[in-house]
Amino acid sequence: MLTTILIFLPIAAALIVWTVPLPRGWSGGLAFVAAFAEVGIWVGGAARFDYGGDLQYSARHNWFADLGVSYHVGFFGFSLWLAGLAVVVCALAIAYGVWVDRERERAYHGLMLFLTGSIVGVFASQDLLLFYAFFEAMLIPIYILVGVWGGPRRVAATITFVIYTMAGSMLMLASIVAFGISQHTFSLVDSGVSRNNWIFLGFAIAFAVKAPLLPFHGWLRAAYTESPPEVAAILSGVVSKAAVFGFIRIALPKFPGPVDHFRGTILVLAALGLAYGSLLAFRQPDIRSVIAYSSLGQMSLIVLGIFAGSRTGLDGAVLHSVNHGLVSAVMFLLAGMIERDYGTGEFARLGGAAKGRPILATILMTAGMFTLAVPGSTNFAGEFLILAGVFTQGWGYAAVGAAAMVLAAMYTLRVISAVLHERRGDTVPERAPDLRSDQLFIVIPLVVCLVALSVWPNAVSGHSFGGTQGSLPSLGGTTP
Amino acid sequence: MIGASIATPHVDWLALSPALALVGVSGVTLLGAVLVPRWFRHAFSATVAAAGFVTAGVLGGVLYDRSASPTALIADSMTRDRWAALAQVVIAGSGAVAVLIAWGAKRRDHVGEYFALLAAAGGGMAFFVQAANLMTLFLGLEWFSIALYILCALDTNRAKSLEAGLKYLIIGGFGSAILLFGSALVYGATGRLGFHEIAASGKAHDPLLVVGLALILTGLAFKASVAPFHMWTPDVYQGAPTSVTAFMAAATKVAAFAVMYRLLTTAFPANRELWTIAVAALACASLAIGNLAALAQRDVKRMLAYSSVSHAGFMLLAVSADSALGGRALLYYLIPYAAMSLGAFAVVAARERELQRQVSVESLAGMGWERPFYGAAMFAFMLGAAGFPLTGGMLGKLYVFSAAYDRGWWWLVVVGVVATVVSLYYYLGVVRSLYMRPSQSEVAELRLAPAGGSPPRDPALVLAVAASLAVTVGSFVFISPLVRLAHHAAAALFA
Repeated sequence: MLTTILIFLPIAAALIVWTVPLPRGWSGGLAFVAAFAEVGIWVGGAARFDYGGDLQYSARHNWFADLGVSYHVGFFGFSLWLAGLAVVVCALAIAYGVWVDRERERAYHGLMLFLTGSIVGVFASQDLLLFYAFFEAMLIPIYILVGVWGGPRRVAATITFVIYTMAGSMLMLASIVAFGISQHTFSLVDSGVSRNNWIFLGFAIAFAVKAPLLPFHGWLRAAYTESPPEVAAILSGVVSKAAVFGFIRIALPKFPGPVDHFRGTILVLAALGLAYGSLLAFRQPDIRSVIAYSSLGQMSLIVLGIFAGSRTGLDGAVLHSVNHGLVSAVMFLLAGMIERDYGTGEFARLGGAAKGRPILATILMTAGMFTLAVPGSTNFAGEFLILAGVFTQGWGYAAVGAAAMVLAAMYTLRVISAVLHERRGDTVPERAPDLRSDQLFIVIPLVVCLVALSVWPNAVSGHSFGGTQGSLPSLGGTTP
Repeated sequence: MIGASIATPHVDWLALSPALALVGVSGVTLLGAVLVPRWFRHAFSATVAAAGFVTAGVLGGVLYDRSASPTALIADSMTRDRWAALAQVVIAGSGAVAVLIAWGAKRRDHVGEYFALLAAAGGGMAFFVQAANLMTLFLGLEWFSIALYILCALDTNRAKSLEAGLKYLIIGGFGSAILLFGSALVYGATGRLGFHEIAASGKAHDPLLVVGLALILTGLAFKASVAPFHMWTPDVYQGAPTSVTAFMAAATKVAAFAVMYRLLTTAFPANRELWTIAVAALACASLAIGNLAALAQRDVKRMLAYSSVSHAGFMLLAVSADSALGGRALLYYLIPYAAMSLGAFAVVAARERELQRQVSVESLAGMGWERPFYGAAMFAFMLGAAGFPLTGGMLGKLYVFSAAYDRGWWWLVVVGVVATVVSLYYYLGVVRSLYMRPSQSEVAELRLAPAGGSPPRDPALVLAVAASLAVTVGSFVFISPLVRLAHHAAAALFA
């Protein structure tokens, strides 16, 4: 029941916002309340969750029986964490939207709420077709949000984004059909394992596009720079984690043979993506492009962890997914605020903003420290676990990962110095207000989450795959 | 007495009632065109036609309920079964929505004739789907086709409409002739007309019969606008009055596919190796041609015409599976498809009435914000046609892919998937126009057309769009009961 509420509360709120003619300002308020109620419900659920157990808060109803499709939702430890990331980031993104006071507010807030619900749906799905439905449903609001409220080249960005994603999704649909018909069920809990490499590739490519992984990242920069910043925060912070969920929930347990077969290829691609993304991030001319390519690197790192073939790597991947979600959300939201205050995110025209703006400097610096995974931060813990996990597959991957940590430090410090220090940019006024309390309200909770995780990273990494012995977790009865 | 010596067959009036109801209504409306005063004629004809379609739909439902086992009618020339009854319900529903779309179109002349012909076409289709021998098949086909030829050309003051009527008449007539020729060859090979008798004749590998089968399939493919026999579709869809286009897109497809599936599975089961391959090839052709040609269209009605060609391809995937799952997939697919195409043409009709001219993708610009309900509905129809979730379009695609995969034809699934990706471009092009294209010059220019800037209120059209939207979304959420209906219907053919 809790899961169903978590999925459909924001969708119901979206329908209200769309259909009921609320007075101006109310739809934002309603979205805000629904989004934070969502966080509250999740916290309540997380507090009562048995982290040593299997699938929980599950609900199951037949949807159409002749193909064996059901509405089946529920959470494992790791997916509960991903859902938590989703509700927190979405709530703050909605708060950002309220702060910015987007025009066409009813359409806007409805779409944001709908997006929230469908993301939670993805993380809760225990049926392939339901997963696919939510996976696709996510795309609809993103498409409109970017296409209507995005930057000047938004339409081109949406076309690339949609074509990449849908090409992946359609391959996945073919794989779902093939898997479901040959297994006589679409349930992730009831189905067995498949040895078919082609079916696996259909899933893997869809997830690789969503993440994105190296050869499938063509949509990344345009989508992340042309979106409204709060949508970019959701895209890179949360939507990309649908790929993480897919890899962990579908690829690993259902395709053990193909995973072994393709492990080397995927690890090499991920290592290349990590190095490539980090190098590109260092050469980008504006804040959002840096975060975009940094995301490519970080997602590749997470995939290294997932395919490390060890429990350590997986734990690290889940922890780092949460870290990266929070960090990229905070960075995109800050980038949005900087763009709004100074009219640009280009390094050439920014600089010297630290003078007289201690709060901005502190927040950006703190977020930067998390991005570059300073020892002691939760990001460091995540990366360390991933690298330790992948070390068993070959020291080369770990070496690339360690080198990428250095690159991360370089590009993050470049952002910080280009915005805060150096000569004052022509768009930065000498005396301008610092971050105000309403802006702080949007970013501080994310930073607090990061600090809390730094104190106790084991909250996520030690509570993701409870109750399972051995090297890989068993999810819903099928042990790889 | 001479008459006493002729043994008249027993007539099952209930089985014929959907077709008869529509024929009756057609007659009443036609009389109304003469007897009812001009000022009241529109309301009278439209109301009677709507009532006729609703009655036919209800009778179809009753027929479905009471036809658990298929029975032959009137000397085995017709069938009473759930397959036909379900198709009749969908056809009648499409007709009712088409009447609603036509309601607000203020026709100056041929008001009575318009609705009379619409009802006659519906009656012909209801008759057609029950056909159980080649003679009734041809009779039904001509019956609804002739009504549609006239309907397409009914706007005699528009050259495009006349062009559409003429093109449809010539190419449709050509298709009918091919079908008739094929029927003659099959009769020549077997000496039988009934579907079951043809199957039982044991002449499956007679070259004459095989050629006849190919020709019959071609004739039906003309009606269903299956590529490469689709060339009339864009011109006719564009030129015909929009309410007629909507009816043709939805109901003709349902009728043609229901009959095609029945004919192939009951009359030619021994040739299945042959015709499944042929149908699969037609499916690939439709998917390729329909989607690629739709990419280049600027006129929305032409775009939707090519989109209907591509949907014919998806339906053929289900036909080619030749299984109970395929039959179920086909019938299920037809329901959201009919709703989406009716709804999309209804929105086009709304825009046409507002702008008083043909609707291009450009002239939809900004409609999503100006007319939120129509915009959101069109958004849903386009997403549904593209196979996005929350619409029956997605599950329809899933079903036809499942049927093809179940048959072992994974490559057909791949073709379908690639076609879907291509189709996104033009469906989302409409969405882009609705919401992301302000295009001030265009909007400013368009504002001139309707007086006062606000379109006339048209509750019937809103109702048509709302009904289509409800079916499009409802068939996603409540797929289970629909599939159960389709399951029982398909079971009639595989009994």
